[in-house]
Amino acid sequence: MDKARGGKQHGEPMPELLQFCVSGLTVGAVYALVALGFTIIYNASDVVNFAQGEFVMIGGMTTVFVAAAGVPLPLAALVAIAVAMGIGLLLHRLAIEPARGASAVTLIIITIGASIFLRGLAQVVFDKQFHSLPSFSGDTPIAFGGAAILPQSFWVLGGAAVIVVLLWAFFNRTLLGKAVLATAANRLAARLVGINTSFVVGLSFVLSAAIGAVAGILVTPITLTSYDVGTLLALKGFAAAMLGGMGNPLGAVVGGLTVGLLEAFGAGYISSTYKDAIAFIVILAVLFVMPGGLFGKASVERV
Amino acid sequence: MLKTVLAPRFAVPLVLAVLVVGLSFALPSNFYLRVAALVWISALAVIGLNLLMGYAGQVSLGHAGFFGIGAYAVAVLPAQFSLHPLLAALAGALAAGLLAYVVGRPILRLKGHYLAVATLGFGMLIAMTISNEAWLTGGPDGMPVERLTLLGWRVRGADTWYWITGGLLVIGAWIAGNLVASPTGRALRALHDSEVAARVAGIDVARAKLTVFVISAVYAAVAGAALALVNGFVTPDKANFMHSIELVTMVVLGGMGSILGSVAGAAILVVLPQVLTSFHDYEHMVLGLIMMVIMIVLRSGIVPGLASLLTGRRK
Amino acid sequence: MARFAKYLGGAALLAGAAFAWSTAASAETIKIGASLAVTGPASFLGDPEAKTLEMYVAKINEAGGVNGKQLELVVYDDSADANKARTFATRLVEDDEVVAVVGGSTTGTTMAMIPVFEDAGIPFISLAGAVVIIDPVKEFTFKTPHTDKMACEKIFADLKARGLAKVGLISGTGGFGKSMREQCVSVVGDYGIEIVADETYGPGDSDMTPQLTNIKNAAGLQAVVNPGFGQGPAIVTRNYKQLGIDVPLYQSHGVASKSFIELAGDAAEGVRLPASALLVADKLPDSDPQKSVVADYKAAYEEATGQPVSTFGGHAYDGLMILVEAMKRAGSEDPKAIRGEIEKTTGFMGTAGVVNMSADDHLGLDLTAFRMLEIKGGDWALAE
Repeated sequence: MDKARGGKQHGEPMPELLQFCVSGLTVGAVYALVALGFTIIYNASDVVNFAQGEFVMIGGMTTVFVAAAGVPLPLAALVAIAVAMGIGLLLHRLAIEPARGASAVTLIIITIGASIFLRGLAQVVFDKQFHSLPSFSGDTPIAFGGAAILPQSFWVLGGAAVIVVLLWAFFNRTLLGKAVLATAANRLAARLVGINTSFVVGLSFVLSAAIGAVAGILVTPITLTSYDVGTLLALKGFAAAMLGGMGNPLGAVVGGLTVGLLEAFGAGYISSTYKDAIAFIVILAVLFVMPGGLFGKASVERV
Repeated sequence: MLKTVLAPRFAVPLVLAVLVVGLSFALPSNFYLRVAALVWISALAVIGLNLLMGYAGQVSLGHAGFFGIGAYAVAVLPAQFSLHPLLAALAGALAAGLLAYVVGRPILRLKGHYLAVATLGFGMLIAMTISNEAWLTGGPDGMPVERLTLLGWRVRGADTWYWITGGLLVIGAWIAGNLVASPTGRALRALHDSEVAARVAGIDVARAKLTVFVISAVYAAVAGAALALVNGFVTPDKANFMHSIELVTMVVLGGMGSILGSVAGAAILVVLPQVLTSFHDYEHMVLGLIMMVIMIVLRSGIVPGLASLLTGRRK
Repeated sequence: MARFAKYLGGAALLAGAAFAWSTAASAETIKIGASLAVTGPASFLGDPEAKTLEMYVAKINEAGGVNGKQLELVVYDDSADANKARTFATRLVEDDEVVAVVGGSTTGTTMAMIPVFEDAGIPFISLAGAVVIIDPVKEFTFKTPHTDKMACEKIFADLKARGLAKVGLISGTGGFGKSMREQCVSVVGDYGIEIVADETYGPGDSDMTPQLTNIKNAAGLQAVVNPGFGQGPAIVTRNYKQLGIDVPLYQSHGVASKSFIELAGDAAEGVRLPASALLVADKLPDSDPQKSVVADYKAAYEEATGQPVSTFGGHAYDGLMILVEAMKRAGSEDPKAIRGEIEKTTGFMGTAGVVNMSADDHLGLDLTAFRMLEIKGGDWALAE
């Protein structure tokens, strides 16, 4: 696409750079949260949960419909998180646990089946329209350095930061969190020291579902939601998790923000038509140089 | 006993040939023949992907890209360069194979999920190019495909295509069977079990992987070309990420490392949506549920799963 | 190994039985078919279309049916997938043996289905936008919505009247946005208007501020046009306000449903778009000949579904009614006779406008069918 580079004539590239940054970070924060969800479940169970995007959808859609029924927004958001956690638990108990011991790829197909099922469920329980939520702090953009930033962007970024801190504290400061880490490191050893690994895996699904739901609630005022927004988020989140290095929470966050920024800068500076392509070319390039992602450990095959 | 007499590489294409011929009597109308032809086409692509996934243990989430290359070759080349559709299909298969050869080397060094995301990205690049370069490809709404003409005979009609695609499937299964039984096939299986062990045993791992990647890309491209010719129309949907996921799902549902399983997996995902239309709004729920149940009950896929159930019972 | 063939064959036969069971036909009904994007990325088109068809077929049957027979509607959900649509088209022709088809929600699915219906000689009234569907004319193919080319012309005429000559384009990369962008680029010169920025966004994108920032910075920008449908235009409109772009914004007929105003919120204020009179049914003067048709459809749809009316369902209404009137005039269910009568449709007052078809016009709408609307106070208003 031809670029009429009008911005250059004004001679002020900084405001647009800042605008692209905010745009990229906001979208990237959502990718990061989806990638974190992938990471948590992957670490506990080796499962790549392709229904992760559906948790984001459930968070947003449930809040919309519960709020529409007259429940105050904060309460509706809590209900939505609880619903998502319940579905995460059911997904583990009814679909993943019964297939315990199956190969990773079998489990992945189960989660793909689950994501089709959840989308189908959402289109029946909710509807097929797009929906929005009111912004938490109004829609008046904040002018900052020439860029116009929506207050909701701060909610998204702040919410993502809080979740990351809480997760860090959970994994490093609580016994339960350490049990999850132990399970991630070596499932057999964890079981031998008395950790209920099935409980830990279930917990990881519930936790991921909650994170996904929070992401969905925070971002719906900006990006809107519908029953099938999950697919694309899962795709981007998965790519982000791999870019960062699968299994590394820090990698998931950095990967998510990077993909978001790549898309925004790609759209702003190179070509809006090929911005997704630009993001994937960078991911491919990174993986060719660092086959384990940005923060991945060198993989050692056990013989 | 029969098994040892009839090696799988002969038995499988034979079974498929019997199936193609047998079903032709059972299917009442062109619609059923079309659905069957779609099954054969998908199965062909799935067999190729299964060689990669089931035998070499390498995943690809980008095979729809190769499928799309085949499909668009028979759409674009005859329209732009008046190439005969069959030559166009051949060119598409060659292009897909060549592309797989070029990108295969760097990509196949990646492992597991990293390979998955790299192939996914690569497939998306192809899909995006097809969708965006509308001057060549008609863009997101797709473009028409010239009808195939062979020696003055216009190939059309669901029954004709049923036989052509059925024939392609049998040939594809036969070639795959031979490949699996060949030294390359044995190398692949060694590779699937343990890459390090295979390397220690003196197998050129990178070369074996690349070979099967190229072959699987060609299978996908041929299937794509067949679909485009059957439909007389192509859209970028079939080059898309969702179609890649669908192909992988067919492989795993049917059974990794099973050629008959590839056909079963393709049949399930092509036929089910047609059967489930009577569920209306609940169609997608039922489809998701069936997928989950199959995978929970028959973990190694439909054909290997049923086989082990049956032999287990016999014991 | 051979025994698995039996299982496979058995499964296939079972599946075959399931089809046969689901499609038992009766001689005293007239079967009409539809393949619509009830789910998937274009479900906001297919959903109201399917609901409209189901509702009106029931109404027509209650009132005694057509030519003394009851209508039987077969609806399939192709989720905007052209390959699925093609299969359903074959199924409608071969298995359901319908006499006519309404639908094809998107241009992609419509173009994939056309050869099937043309080969079978079944009249097909598409509900999709692009002009390629009926230009060149195909014997059995018709359509009811205004073309994207007409939408561009309507917008550019309005721009010209307002003295705005430099526009920025921001288009969706989906079929609708891409096709309309091309039409706009091809006719823009006729109006002496120059495109000073040309950006796109993907179907699932959730933030268009980078593209809009570039458009904002384009020299001499006087207006922005957004060809696209779905949630994209709502996000564009919000981001437009966020960035404080103060030149007029034009949306397309692809957002002509109340949900656009709801999703875009305050940002929708002042946005203009070409659309049919259906959206302003209650604001039309009583003297407007279209008033009773659009007001009745709006009331019926909103009562039956509890959702605000959209022009998309209206296109399905138009398609069904054109078909039913053609069947009545033909006095038979012979597809060829019906086709002939559809082509003779004249003076039909639909939700999209007056339809006058002919042998070389299988749409039958002209630019007067489009109204330029402006969003005022969270509702549609006539801009002219």
